[in-house]
Order: sequence, then structure tokens, then C-alpha cells
Amino acid sequence: MRPCSPNIQNYRPQLTSVLSIANRITALISTVALVAFVAWLVAAALGPVPYDALYALAASPIGRALLVIATFVFFLHLCGSIRHLFWDAVVGFELRSIYVSGWVAVAASIVLTAAAWLVGGFFKG
Amino acid sequence: MAEPRKPTSSSIAARARGLGSARHGSGAWRAERLTAVALVPLTLWLVASLVALGGADRAAFVAWLGRPLSALLVILLLLAAFRHTALGLQVVIEDYVHSAAKIPLLIATHLLCFAICVAGVLATLSIVLGR
Repeated sequence: MRPCSPNIQNYRPQLTSVLSIANRITALISTVALVAFVAWLVAAALGPVPYDALYALAASPIGRALLVIATFVFFLHLCGSIRHLFWDAVVGFELRSIYVSGWVAVAASIVLTAAAWLVGGFFKG
Repeated sequence: MAEPRKPTSSSIAARARGLGSARHGSGAWRAERLTAVALVPLTLWLVASLVALGGADRAAFVAWLGRPLSALLVILLLLAAFRHTALGLQVVIEDYVHSAAKIPLLIATHLLCFAICVAGVLATLSIVLGR
């Protein structure tokens, strides 16, 4: 096993490195959310019984908690990926820009998640 | 010190295998970005739509998905999202899996992404066309 770089035990976490690995972790969790969305579509196509069963699962306390987490995780991946698209176009590579866009991505994800759940009726229903 | 053996054409092929193909190396990278660009508006639209539905029962969900525009955008989203997912998972697997499991895992990932995507598209079509 070759030593990995950066050496994770000794490497001080900072916004840049944390958001870097976060974009990969949020991608993996978003994959689960995407498969869950397909399950929702299939349940809707199959009929009321599977749909209501899946609905009860989603509306349970654990289901709602997971949905809120999934919403935040998805928005963090979306905002993080938009940063990456700008970097691919060689825009925003200065250290200051990288930190500003990083904090904007985190703040926007929190605001978007809060907006989605406060506007939506899923908690009321 | 042993004389270095002259590489044969088959040993060169063995060394290059799996390291990317000539002239097409950026194809997967570009497809991942292209689908990402498509997914920005598509996913924002989906989240906004689901928020507006606000915990709809099946009748309301089917009525929404039964509209041609909703179905079209959901199908476009599924195609882009699963292509994006397959390409992204491929990069993760290539970065972290160095055992014999790598190739079977890559094949399984791409086939599963395709199968689940088709399931979602068929479910959407059955709602918008059938009913």
C-alpha cells in the first residue's frame, strides 16, 4: 500500500479539502436519493397500494429526517458542482475566490434546504 | 543487472490496457460535465415541483406526472442523471478499487444505472400514456 497524499491523519481539515471530498460523498448519497425517486415513480405507476406504502415510509419521522438530509446533501452537491463547472472554464481559481465560492455554496445549500422544506407542504400533510 | 527485455507488441498492449483509449480519453469527462449542465435546471425544476406538490397523494402525483411536459422533463432528468451517476461512480471506483473486483464492479455499475434508469422511464411513460 503506497502512502496516500494528502496524508489524512496529519492533514489539517480546511474548507477546500473538506468541500472537495464532500462533493464526492454527497454524490454517492444523491445516487441513493435518485434510486429512491425511481422507486417513487415505479410505485406510482404500479398503483395505490405500493404508492401508499412508500408514502407512509417517507412520511414517517425517520423518513422525513432522511428526506431533509437528502435535500441538503443534494443542494451541496449541486452548488459544489457548479463551482467545479466554473473551475473547468478556468474561472474563480484565485485562492480568495475559492474560499468565497466555498462558503457561498455551503450557505446557499442551507438556505435552499430550509426554503424547500418551509415552503413545501410535506411536513404539514 | 539483467538486460532489459525488449517490449513486444503484446506486452505494450497489456501495459496500455485499461489506461484509456487513444484520442477518446476526454469523452467520459466531457459527458459528465455535459450532463451536469443539463441537470442544474432539471433538478431545480424537479425539487420545485415536488415542493409545490407538497406531500401529494397518488392521484395528485399521477395528475402532475401525467402532464406531457412533466413527463418529458422527468425522462430527460432520468437519462441525464443516470448517465452522470454511472460516469461519476466509475471515477470513484477507478480511484479506490485496485483489486480484481474493479472491472466487474464497473460493469455492474453501468448495467445497474442503465436498468434503474429504464425502470424509471417506463414507469413515467406508463403514467403519461397508459392510465
